[in-house]
Amino acid sequence: MTWLTWRQFRTQAATLYLAVAAVAVVVLVTGPRLHDLAKSGANLFDNLTKSDQALFFAGVILVAAAPAIIGAFWGAPLVARELEHGTHRLVWNQSVTRTRWLATKLGLTTLGAAAAVGLLTWAVTWWSSPLDGTLSQSRGNLPGRLTPVSFAMRGLVPVGYAVFAVVLGATLGIILRRSLPAMAITLAVFAFVQVAVPLWVRPHLIAPATVTLTFSEKALDSISGSPSGGPDRIELNTANHGDWILTNRTVNAAGQATALPAWLGDCLPGPRQPAPSTPTTQQAPDITACLDRLNAEGYRQRIVYQPVDRFWPLQFAETGLFLVMSGLLGGLCFWWTRKRLS
Amino acid sequence: MTAVLEARGLGKRYRRRWALQDCTLEIPAGHVTGLVGPNGAGKTTLLSLAVGLLAPTAGTIEVCGGVPAGGAEQLAKVGFVAQDTPTYANLSIEDHLRLGAHLNPRWDRSIAQTRIERLGLDPTQRAGKLSGGQRAQLALTLGLAKRPELLILDEPVASLDPLARREFLQVLMEAVAEHDVSVLLSSHVVSDLERVCDHLVVLVDSEVRVEGEVESLLATHHRLTGPRRETDSLPADQHLVSASHTDRQSTLVVRTEAPILDPAWTVTRLGLEDLVLAYMEVPSADTRRNGDARKPALEVLR
Amino acid sequence: MIEFTLDGRSGVSPYLQVVQQVRQALRLGLLTKGDQLPTVKDVVSRLAINPNTVLKAYRELERDGLIAARPGIGTFVTRTLTDDSFAAHAPLRKDLDRWLTKARRAGLDDESIEALFMSTFRSAQEGVA
Repeated sequence: MTWLTWRQFRTQAATLYLAVAAVAVVVLVTGPRLHDLAKSGANLFDNLTKSDQALFFAGVILVAAAPAIIGAFWGAPLVARELEHGTHRLVWNQSVTRTRWLATKLGLTTLGAAAAVGLLTWAVTWWSSPLDGTLSQSRGNLPGRLTPVSFAMRGLVPVGYAVFAVVLGATLGIILRRSLPAMAITLAVFAFVQVAVPLWVRPHLIAPATVTLTFSEKALDSISGSPSGGPDRIELNTANHGDWILTNRTVNAAGQATALPAWLGDCLPGPRQPAPSTPTTQQAPDITACLDRLNAEGYRQRIVYQPVDRFWPLQFAETGLFLVMSGLLGGLCFWWTRKRLS
Repeated sequence: MTAVLEARGLGKRYRRRWALQDCTLEIPAGHVTGLVGPNGAGKTTLLSLAVGLLAPTAGTIEVCGGVPAGGAEQLAKVGFVAQDTPTYANLSIEDHLRLGAHLNPRWDRSIAQTRIERLGLDPTQRAGKLSGGQRAQLALTLGLAKRPELLILDEPVASLDPLARREFLQVLMEAVAEHDVSVLLSSHVVSDLERVCDHLVVLVDSEVRVEGEVESLLATHHRLTGPRRETDSLPADQHLVSASHTDRQSTLVVRTEAPILDPAWTVTRLGLEDLVLAYMEVPSADTRRNGDARKPALEVLR
Repeated sequence: MIEFTLDGRSGVSPYLQVVQQVRQALRLGLLTKGDQLPTVKDVVSRLAINPNTVLKAYRELERDGLIAARPGIGTFVTRTLTDDSFAAHAPLRKDLDRWLTKARRAGLDDESIEALFMSTFRSAQEGVA
């Protein structure tokens, strides 16, 4: 059975692994300069070229897209194509049970996908590691590796995604019995999962930490204005820049979330009428007085966040979650193949 | 004589439609059994149940003493050439033989190789580029080299031209002569089966109408032609299969073990095709071998 | 060695056709004692017929003492039918000729003669069976 799986699969496998090798070449050519720069202690961000930044985001997109593409192109046709061409009636009548047939096919494909995405992620993670979360005072920053932009494209999680995508594709192919719709739905479902997990699932994988801070200029991240003019939102930073901040809310003395006091707008300098919905960052010297008055009146900032040192625990938890989901879908695959297909 | 296929009250329902109903059947070993019936009679359903591609809704089926597709050992006992003889279009003939060798413990390499050589096929050719007849031969080769006890073929020659049809049946019959294999094949064309089958099952409207050895079926079925008369006046030992009347004449097909003594009848033997056609006609209550009570009995009025 | 052919439309079962062809070849002197018959596999692969059909035909011929199977070698003719049948041919033909003349005189045309002969022949056959 292994031979047949390999024989059916080798062209696709070769294509994918060649692509991974091509990525590896780019990483090896452009990566060492970044690592040297990081070691030299220079401000890395200010030394980045446009192409470095482009490559950074290309890496993010690549690792985000790879599982989806593999799931659609490997997983969905895995069984569906056999059903479409009727070859399942040939192969199921050799002296191999359907269960073993599916186990070998799905197992080897999943392994192949996991290994390819693992290698790809490893290369991209290494390339990006000096850049993750780099700060620059003047021009913004690159997202840290715990942020939703990067988290699922680093470390171990992409492997879990790849396994999930292949099994998802295979399941849909088995249920729909058609490659093309299965591919389309695999892509759609996987894209939804990629959006839904950081929004609703990942924050709760480990109970997030909460911290209540007093206002200070050092911790101040931004003050944004409302469309009507006055400031309506202050955001502070946690002590560690790499933390993933989930909520950033001002509370009153009683500890309840509240709107900012009306006087704050008069206290703060800056444009009285900022353009609607345009956030403004205030950096006037007398801002400290306003913040002190907020502290004195009992206002505090409550931040719910995942600390940066939880990167690996979160990685393991999310990978585990995806492996469990893959396992459940895999069970459905086997059940459906045994009971529902003919 | 042991049975290679034994069905009891076997039925298969798709949603609300029964594709096969109350099928009780015993196919003896060492025979080439033809399964005939019009399209949609349930032939493919019965064969799919026999190879375990489908699971029965009612009743039981045993093939070579085991539950169809019940395990690797059972799968090794039964070969199957599916309808339209599916093959992997982008695998070569050689790959298919390797597939067979990898997936079947009893694989007979020499059978496979000899057959491909005798067919004059290039082993490196992709299956997708073969003609219908060649593809059917490849599928048959896979089925034979597996060395099954029972080889099941679903409409194997339906899509072949007459020459390919003949060649296919030649190879099949040669294999039966050479190896100890029982064969069960279906067709909606009786003439395909006339030469190759020595056992026959006629399936019409999801039910088995008649079943038995071809020789004895031919010996016990007669066409009676004579002046018009009512069919209920037939002797008790003559089972009416079909009847048609003009205002003067009656033509009946009857099944009986005893000789027909009534001098009013002109008695002729039936060919296999006429015999099968007689069973495919509108059924009458007394042709039902098992007195099916679920369907209303139909009157023969023609 | 002889070759068998099958007439699908004759209504005669394939096994009987094989038997008849062997008998006819014996009668006409095409096969004589010691000649080998084609193997079952050869017949089967030539005619695409069920091997049981050929086996059954050969068994019947063997029962009639016309042929004998030597395991591992083949099936051979053990007796010819020419002598005893040839002798009977001439007088039988004469009888038939006489009968045909009588039938013509009675006003039967060729078709009627054939129909009459065949139906008599068949009913005689049924009686034997």
